[in-house]
Amino acid sequence: MLCQECKEREATVHVTKIINNRKTEMHLCEYCARQRDDFIQIPSFSVNDLIAGLMDFSHSQPAPEKAALAKCAACGMEYSQFKKMGRLGCQKCYEYFGRELGPVLRRIQGSSQHAGKVPRQAGSHLLRKKQLARWKTELKRAVELEAYERAAELRDKIKALEQALDSEGGGKR
Amino acid sequence: MSWINETGPDRDVVMSSRVRIARNIADIPFPSIMQPQHAVQVAEKVRSCLPDLKSGSRFDFMYMRDVPAIERQILVEKHLASQDLMKRYEQSALIMDSREKITVMINEEDHIRMHCILPGFQLNPAWEQMNKVDDIIEQKVEYAYHEQLGYLTCCPTNVGTGMRASVMMHLPALTINKQMNLILQTISKIGLTARGIYGEGSEALGNIYQISNQITLGPSEEDIISNMIIACRQIMEKERIARKAVRKTGGIQFDDAVWRAFGILRNARVLELKEFMAYISQMRMGVSLGLIPGFSLEDVDGLMTAGQPAGVMRKTGRIMEGTELDAARADVIRKAIEELEKSKEKNI
Ligand SMILES: [Zn+2]
Ligand SMILES: [Zn+2]
Repeated sequence: MLCQECKEREATVHVTKIINNRKTEMHLCEYCARQRDDFIQIPSFSVNDLIAGLMDFSHSQPAPEKAALAKCAACGMEYSQFKKMGRLGCQKCYEYFGRELGPVLRRIQGSSQHAGKVPRQAGSHLLRKKQLARWKTELKRAVELEAYERAAELRDKIKALEQALDSEGGGKR
Repeated sequence: MSWINETGPDRDVVMSSRVRIARNIADIPFPSIMQPQHAVQVAEKVRSCLPDLKSGSRFDFMYMRDVPAIERQILVEKHLASQDLMKRYEQSALIMDSREKITVMINEEDHIRMHCILPGFQLNPAWEQMNKVDDIIEQKVEYAYHEQLGYLTCCPTNVGTGMRASVMMHLPALTINKQMNLILQTISKIGLTARGIYGEGSEALGNIYQISNQITLGPSEEDIISNMIIACRQIMEKERIARKAVRKTGGIQFDDAVWRAFGILRNARVLELKEFMAYISQMRMGVSLGLIPGFSLEDVDGLMTAGQPAGVMRKTGRIMEGTELDAARADVIRKAIEELEKSKEKNI
């Protein structure tokens, strides 16, 4: 059902008003419902509100001003925008809003670790590329800390994985 | 042909089983903010998988802007596409197989949303078919995937498996016995949720509910499916017991209510959607208990779809509302029942 007022967005708020013993029902979108103050609102459950609520909750601990300023450098989505829409702009948003999303995911989903399907083709390639990146960071740290034994070990692993990825990459993509 | 006319296991309670998986293509903005050129890029990428998809049935690709508005609405009411896809018709597309069981929505909330819908209680087969389609698309398309978070989706409520498994259940006897609230509370404790599928708000028109998993991150696809199967089996058994009890306690009154419902559907000249759904529900329960010989559950479900607004408007070829629509609905249903009766007579 479309919103009676703007006839554009989905009506998610169903409100009832009683004037002179006459009942009037209205079906509005969240936006239009917020614009009015003459109705008693019976809010229906909405994913957007749920996410917004959870975000607020999880922010009561870390500095909220800072979170509000968070922005995805890949697509330009601002954190405040995400909070309003409940929709992310791109896959990188998950990284840029990682700190805010973590607690939300645990609360909505009860977990923050995927245990299901892994893309067969791209997946193993992708996962190993990520592994490679992780080893490289670790190698840098190991060198800084002068943990040369660990560094040598990592260097060998990186080399082997890079070779494996190279030989696959030629055929695949 | 579609799931509506086909028999399926446990069809007396479960009308259909559906599995949806959401995917996004790597390094392209999500549909929430995508530009028209991104939309085309996504659509054409998925379209390129079409030749690999064919297996027993034909797959067609269509841009939604090329599909007439009434046809788009029919797709929604047949549960082959979503309202959301139609709202974005300027950038969205749909791949559909000729059996109307598998559809791939392109540029809905996510780049790719694949659905498999099967008659009756068939969650596992639906998941298996989806998994196969996913494997095929994955060969040509790199997905947005995160080691820890799984498949990345536009809304964080779908992240992980990106999977929503759902069954459409007809639960008139549990509703009459006011058991639904308790059931809803109970299933929410194991990460499942239920809502009325026709109509808005909390009211479930025709006593039809959609039960689905709420959690997508953490449990594997197989875990989610088996959870759903266990919960739905229990609800199914309770509904069957409740139907028998309702009939037994109702006695002739129960049979009378079923036959009256049929009589009204068979003869009415004006049928409002809400009352239509109430009578269809009554008739469906009767048919499941062996009343109204000659009519199958598939026949009733076919009538239910035909009586939805777009179903009626397609038959008449006009956009209508109010009494005009309700009168047209009564006509469509009356004629459909007459035709069913005629075809049964021939068979005898
Ligand atoms: Zn509005
Ligand atoms: Zn982003």
